[in-house]
Amino acid sequence: MAENNDPLVRFVDIQKSYDGETLVIKNLNMDVTRGEFLTMLGPSGSGKTTCLMMVAGFEPATYGEIYLNGQPINNVSPHKRGIGMVFQNYALFPHKTVAENLAFPLQVRKMDKEECKRRIKRALDMVQLAEFGDRRPGQLSGGQQQRVAVARALVFDPDLVLMDEPLGALDKNLREQMQFEIKHIHEELGVTIIYVTHDQSEALTMSNRIAVFDDGIIQQLAPPSVLYEKPENAFVAQFIGENNRLVGTIVAADKEHCQVEVDNGGGLIHAKSVNIAGVGERATLSLRPERVTMEPAEGSLPNIFDARVQELIYLGDHIRTRVTVCGNDDFVVKISNSARQTVFQKGETVRIGWEVEDCRALDPSD
Amino acid sequence: MTTPNITQEVLTTADGVPLKTSLNHALRRRKIRSLLLVAPLFFFILLTFLIPITDMLLRSVDNKIVPTLLHRTIPLLAGWDETGQDLPDEPVFHAMVEDIKEGAAAKTILRLGRRLNFERAGMSSLFRKTSRRVKRLGQVDSYREAMLKIDRQWGDIKTWRLIKRESGTMTLSHFLSAVDRQRNDDGTIGLKPKYKRIYIKLFGRTMALSLLITALTVLLGYPIAYLLATLPTKTGNLLIILVLLPFWTSLLVRTSAWIALLQKEGVINDLLVALGIIADNHRLTMIHNQIGTVVAMTHILLPFMVLPLYSVMKTIPPSYVRAARSLGATRFTAFIQIYLPNSVPGIGAGGILVFILAIGYYITPELVGGTSGTFISNMIAYHIQGSLNWGLGAALGTLLLLLVLALYILYDKLVGIDNMKLG
Repeated sequence: MAENNDPLVRFVDIQKSYDGETLVIKNLNMDVTRGEFLTMLGPSGSGKTTCLMMVAGFEPATYGEIYLNGQPINNVSPHKRGIGMVFQNYALFPHKTVAENLAFPLQVRKMDKEECKRRIKRALDMVQLAEFGDRRPGQLSGGQQQRVAVARALVFDPDLVLMDEPLGALDKNLREQMQFEIKHIHEELGVTIIYVTHDQSEALTMSNRIAVFDDGIIQQLAPPSVLYEKPENAFVAQFIGENNRLVGTIVAADKEHCQVEVDNGGGLIHAKSVNIAGVGERATLSLRPERVTMEPAEGSLPNIFDARVQELIYLGDHIRTRVTVCGNDDFVVKISNSARQTVFQKGETVRIGWEVEDCRALDPSD
Repeated sequence: MTTPNITQEVLTTADGVPLKTSLNHALRRRKIRSLLLVAPLFFFILLTFLIPITDMLLRSVDNKIVPTLLHRTIPLLAGWDETGQDLPDEPVFHAMVEDIKEGAAAKTILRLGRRLNFERAGMSSLFRKTSRRVKRLGQVDSYREAMLKIDRQWGDIKTWRLIKRESGTMTLSHFLSAVDRQRNDDGTIGLKPKYKRIYIKLFGRTMALSLLITALTVLLGYPIAYLLATLPTKTGNLLIILVLLPFWTSLLVRTSAWIALLQKEGVINDLLVALGIIADNHRLTMIHNQIGTVVAMTHILLPFMVLPLYSVMKTIPPSYVRAARSLGATRFTAFIQIYLPNSVPGIGAGGILVFILAIGYYITPELVGGTSGTFISNMIAYHIQGSLNWGLGAALGTLLLLLVLALYILYDKLVGIDNMKLG
């Protein structure tokens, strides 16, 4: 038995191709820690679901090895892996009742009847569906079916549970409620969960760590706050949260800071060096809308520019303001709706500014 | 705010018309439109199918020919006691002579003879002979003597009992024959002599072979349908065309192809002999018997099993089996416990389709069935075309129809008709 601080799942040099011409997964190396809630996040076709299917055993890896509990599992058939799985459309067996669905993994393990009953009850209590054991899945609402699917994946006490966009079919309110429920179940049971989604807010809400997938590569693997605050490349910055993107050429740079001349005569911006090539090369600047200060005092910030207000969208807690600044007319500023905040008008020219640390110089995207 | 009391007040629209009336009015146009759309097909079916079928089925009990042609005799026979040992009285014989004369003039009397001949052999020739002779019969003292002179059968009390028994406008005798029963001379119902009992056996064989064929199509069709449903859509569609390919050739051609394959000097026997598996003088008999019928019909009916199975399997998400596998089930368990139960509606639909088609099949058993592989429908065809005993043919057809209906109800009780899915 492996030591408990060893990773539960380990991907080593995984490559996957379906047609022998293109790689869906390009050289994946990743460790999943015991008890972790790890989310694979990415646009569709980024390889995240393929990755999950390889862990579950429904797709073979073209190259490389996956280890579960320190054991290579490439040649272990799915039913011997002991991994719970929740599918996108729940995959509840329609001809069995809820209790029979939950009993299925226990029966194939030849568990005795009393133990089965106890476990089914425990699992149904956990998802607050104790009275629904005799119903068929078709008689349940989407949210209830989803809970049954979660209960079924957990009822046989697997070390690892895989979830493939389990909340994709639910409406917004229910989805948010279920996010918390799954998160609480994870915290209570301490089970390891690998979760696949394309919804970034879902990933941010639930995960310990998020692996952002794009083009078959993990772009960044980090806890949610790090991912949002300190994106390492332009894709992550753009994919997670709202982001202002300015493109330009580096004119001066050291290890900490750099200066970028923005295209179309946008001016010189002081930024934090994160992922840049060097002087004379292209770079993308990333700046979160809420990190922009309106009407800063002269000289209080290193970056201060004139901006023209193009659009104001009232969103209750904040006003989303689109301005033209540095030759970019798609620059968004979030102005919080507090009592002292001045109200701006469309067409007005204002001063905006930001800190060097909040403006990250990243690789040139596309 | 008060809630309206629906149980006491009738809901009305703003102008006071009851809501239901108003709704009906609004829906009427739509109803009329849908009726008009259905009307052409409805009348077509009514005229070309329902009415002829009903007429045909009514022939199974129709017996108007006897009371019509013997319209003088029958009323007089009512007063005759057929349980006694005496022949009918003189007036009955007189009436019979008049009836036969009239029938001979209208050339209808032979049909009556043929009708009664189904009940007892010899009746046809009796009427033919009598009708020839009565034409020359002048004024006689006793018609009874005259008729007995023409043929001694008129002196046999059984002849008269038969005529009296079959004097109604309706008869059950065709149905009795259809289940190998007959009226004994004393009027009771009994089995036909052993060598004449064929229909019960034929019904049994039709059922048994149809069941066998249905079972074979399930066995052969299930893996194909599974393959088609799990392949990528593009390849799957191509293979579906291959499944449908047999429909591009005529049924007759496909059946004849089986003759070429299965006959004594056919492809399969030649191959087996060439390979040295069987000796040349021990060629297998695979056609003009039950094997021929079963093989050819299984082949011909297979698409009717594959298609419903395919369309049901197509709706079973692959995630069901995956879920079962991830929950710890082997391939076999996942198939038996998860996939198979979800494909039952397809088996049901395909099964009932193939079985009902098989039970009424005619051409294939006729061509490759020989004597041991024929179905009840071949017998019906024989009575309609060959023996011209339409009444018996209709009775057999009616029984076949009732049998199918009974099985359909049984299926509904066992599996449930809602459980059937054609696509």
